[in-house]
Amino acid sequence: MNFPILSSLILLPSIGALFILFTKSSSGKYQSSKYVALFISLANFLLSLYLWYVFDKNSVDFQFVENKEWLSGFINYKVGIDGISILFIILTTFITPICIISVNSTITIRLKDFLIAILIMETFMIGVFCSLDLVVFYLFFEAGLIPMFLIIGIWGGERRVYSAFKFFLYTLLGSVLMLVAIIAIYWITGTTDVEKLYELGIQAKYQNLLWLAFFSSFAVKTPMWPVHTWLPDAHVEAPTVGSVLLAAILLKMAGYGFIRFSLGLFPIASENFTILVYILSLIAIIYTSLVALMQEDMKKLIAYSSVAHMGFVTLGIFTMTQQGIEGSIFQMISHGLVSAALFLSVGVVYERHHTRLINKYGGLVSIMPRYAIVFMVFTLGALGLPGTTGFIGEFLILMGAFEKNILVAMIASLGVILGAAYMLWLFKRVVFGEINNQELKSMKDLKTFEIITLSALVIPILFFGFYPEPLMNSIEASVENTLNMYNFDIINNLASKD
Amino acid sequence: MEYLILFLPLVGSIISGFFGKKIGNRNSQILTSTLVGISAILSFIVLYQVISLNYSNNLVIATWINSGTLNVNWSIKIDALSAVMFVVVNFVSALVHIYSIGYMSHDPHKTRFMAYLSLFTFAMLTLVSSDNFIQLFFGWEGVGLCSYFLIGFWFKKESANKAAIKAFVVNRVGDFGLALGVFLIFYVFGTVNYDEVFAQIPNILDKTINFIGINIEIVDLVCLLLLIGAMGKSAQFLLHTWLPDAMEGPTPVSALIHAATMVTAGVFLIVRCSPIYEYSELALTVITIIGMTTAFFAATVALVQSDIKKIIAYSTCSQLGYMFFAAGVGAYNVAMFHLFTHAFFKALLFLGAGAVIHSFHEEQDINKMGGVIKKLPYTYVLMLIGTLALTGFPFLSGFYSKDAIIEFAYLRGNGIGILAAFVGIVTALLTSIYSWRLIFKTFHGNFNNKEHSVDKIHESPLVMIAPLVILAIGAIFAGMAFKGLFIGHEIAYEFWGKSIKFLEPLSTDHPPTWFLFLTPILVTAAIPFSYYLYLKNTNIVNGLKEMNEPIYQFLVKKWYFDEMYDYLFVNPSKKIGKFLWKKVDGSIIDKFGPDGISSVIKNLSIKAVKFQSGFIYQYAFVMLIGFSVLLTILILN
Repeated sequence: MNFPILSSLILLPSIGALFILFTKSSSGKYQSSKYVALFISLANFLLSLYLWYVFDKNSVDFQFVENKEWLSGFINYKVGIDGISILFIILTTFITPICIISVNSTITIRLKDFLIAILIMETFMIGVFCSLDLVVFYLFFEAGLIPMFLIIGIWGGERRVYSAFKFFLYTLLGSVLMLVAIIAIYWITGTTDVEKLYELGIQAKYQNLLWLAFFSSFAVKTPMWPVHTWLPDAHVEAPTVGSVLLAAILLKMAGYGFIRFSLGLFPIASENFTILVYILSLIAIIYTSLVALMQEDMKKLIAYSSVAHMGFVTLGIFTMTQQGIEGSIFQMISHGLVSAALFLSVGVVYERHHTRLINKYGGLVSIMPRYAIVFMVFTLGALGLPGTTGFIGEFLILMGAFEKNILVAMIASLGVILGAAYMLWLFKRVVFGEINNQELKSMKDLKTFEIITLSALVIPILFFGFYPEPLMNSIEASVENTLNMYNFDIINNLASKD
Repeated sequence: MEYLILFLPLVGSIISGFFGKKIGNRNSQILTSTLVGISAILSFIVLYQVISLNYSNNLVIATWINSGTLNVNWSIKIDALSAVMFVVVNFVSALVHIYSIGYMSHDPHKTRFMAYLSLFTFAMLTLVSSDNFIQLFFGWEGVGLCSYFLIGFWFKKESANKAAIKAFVVNRVGDFGLALGVFLIFYVFGTVNYDEVFAQIPNILDKTINFIGINIEIVDLVCLLLLIGAMGKSAQFLLHTWLPDAMEGPTPVSALIHAATMVTAGVFLIVRCSPIYEYSELALTVITIIGMTTAFFAATVALVQSDIKKIIAYSTCSQLGYMFFAAGVGAYNVAMFHLFTHAFFKALLFLGAGAVIHSFHEEQDINKMGGVIKKLPYTYVLMLIGTLALTGFPFLSGFYSKDAIIEFAYLRGNGIGILAAFVGIVTALLTSIYSWRLIFKTFHGNFNNKEHSVDKIHESPLVMIAPLVILAIGAIFAGMAFKGLFIGHEIAYEFWGKSIKFLEPLSTDHPPTWFLFLTPILVTAAIPFSYYLYLKNTNIVNGLKEMNEPIYQFLVKKWYFDEMYDYLFVNPSKKIGKFLWKKVDGSIIDKFGPDGISSVIKNLSIKAVKFQSGFIYQYAFVMLIGFSVLLTILILN
């Protein structure tokens, strides 16, 4: 490996952030910083696409591995990717420029700092998806909290401080346990290198406790029921771009963690706790769908629907079937696109009318026809209509679940009915009907930059809905490998018991 | 050619939807109608090839989903069944496109409307042309979506929006069953391709599966789950509530989607899966029961409705019930025959009703019509043809298909078949009564409209009447012309070939002669009977109403299904949702979770702060106590 392509991906946004920090801008002319940030993030996106292009989809090994000694041989800085991580990296590099373009008049203060926060965040997120060392993973995973905490706390709404602290408290609580578990793993095995750990395996007697420690961190970040209440508050208070980052990328770290670490490192414990995950996932799906039905605030509704969608993800991962796990990964990518798009859509009307209350809207289709069309596509993506990415993820997950437990699949399928109800009802109340509120009449249809960002999201949602092969191809070998390792461990464990 | 049939409507839809403003209303209308028209002509050619050359084909367009052992393709499957559906869908759709040019002439959103109609046609074609269950599901939800768009087309109307959502959500309940059926099929057979699944059916006949605590044969379970899907789409008893509400959409939509095509998708599914259903006696019995219940129930409700479109909607519901129990008694080809003839006369009736509504300036209540035969001579004659065909008046198309259903139900030879046959006869009588009631109240008697004077009632333009004439020809002759092909003894088996499976050939016996004559006599006798009841002596009807007020209300309120569902599902969902949000999330999780922890810490720190009071005596006191406690422990040890 000559050129450290992964480290470049990780560092490039931070270099951009430094550059923005040290360039003096004449007062009020932050526009140039925005272009710098946009340029950097687009370059990173292209770099990640190049990475996807040269990536060998048939290999099950980690690729582009970089391994450098760090902290006097105690811990190594080790990064590398497989077919699963690369999709999340591309999702990150794809969403970031969209966020930067969408930074606009809603961010009235400290625009420069805001851009820096976004770029730093990108660094951490990419780091999470390619670390192959537990400590490195932990650092990136937790560091990602800080920019998000600042984005909510500084540029948020009225109750931003409450929300920021709630967010911080929840996520920190889980992560402390994960740190303890990582230290324990080092004591037990003498390494924190993920590849080595895959080979060595962790003794069955330790697995349950370690699994629970990792779970407590991932469950909060997913978020799973009952530790989900930070999400609606965080979304409501976060600025539009913050919500987009949070929903599209931050929530995916935990799902990725479940596949990479919970399944990979603690297969026996994963098997033991499957029922627990099923139950929590089902509660998440049904419970939050019902709650979403009653929301009056658009962002809260979408936030609750996110919890339901992530419920499908955790359900799919723990079906331990090819369809279930591939479906979960697909669902995460899909949710990354759809939820980002929905939050941007809410941002569009919020910026014009300064409220997120659903009943203040209605009849927008008459004044904003273009907006109505794209919003419809996103609504359909969220309710999992065939032909959008949302369908493929959900359908594969349910298919996988059905193989393992019919009752679980049935209950989860009920969530699909509720999903249609709350999304269509939202759409109806906002877009259809008569215009009752005269103030709405002054609202303008989409501006150019909004058309760019929203159609950039419409295209992949529909394209991969009709032709998911490129994504499925990329994850197939890695998911198969994960499952093989998993099943191998489970069978060995059973054999050793007899 | 198959590609053209499938994609021409999509092309029309995209051009009209996205470039409608550029090319103009008139051009969009002509373009979409022409493209669907071409598609219809090509469908006839394909059907001809299937009839004369036994043509069949399975084209793969592209890979869709590929995950582990699951492989799904975008495909076009051509056999007798899909060829018939192609003709029905494209033919009716083309006529509805043309009719809409006239009907929507005052609407500001013509291009959008045409785009939806064409998109629907495309979705319906993907549904019927699929060679696997997942593309079927795509088409299934796709038509549901277009139906949602079209029901809610007049987006400013609150009732239209509500009806649209209701249609989509109730259909999703059906889709829930269908999806579970597909999961089960994949789980058991490891594939979702029709042919591969059907080939494996004989291997799993005696195997059972534990389904939520019940041991049930796999075949039965597959059939019952798919049936739930079919019931949702075809508005069968229990899942029918969306169809009458769907009449909020423009009338051409009702004719195309809610009469001729989409609602028959459920029947299509069952016939397509005949290689599975043939092995499940249980599922067939359930289908028969549901079919006859729907047929009877909908007919009773249709008797007392006053909205012209709702009467026809319930009539559709009832006729779909006939198709269901035809399939339930194993006469799949007869179900398809009725589907085929029904498409003509029901589209004719709906479009005719649309013409009436158009003439009466958007009035839909039949109590506010009447006395316009001379004003609307063409519409009257056309509606008359539609009514005669629907009621099964001898030698029109409905006569052949409906009587065949009743006959084959009778010949099934078991109790449930005979019961279905008699329910079929009673329903035929009810059908005749409510249909003639509609005709008499709409066209005969006195002019009852107070808002518009009779002079303002005018006949519809040629662009609306012409499609009706074509449909009327179909309504008269389709039965006679296609009887041999669809249900004839030898020819039919050859025609359907592999697309429909019969474990045993259908009975070739004849029912007793009196039985054969019973239905035609009853439906004919109903004409003067209704004439007397609804025109000559309306007091009898009113008297009956007053005497049996509860029954009358029961029928008017459609057996209280909507109220019951609101009470059982809709309201509790909302209440539970609110409870979970406010109480569980807000008062329990947050109170004991983050808010609780932070307030505990806050309280502790306040106490800790108080502790550091700065008074020496306090510190000394604490030290003293601490010291003595320590000392005590040491001594005791």
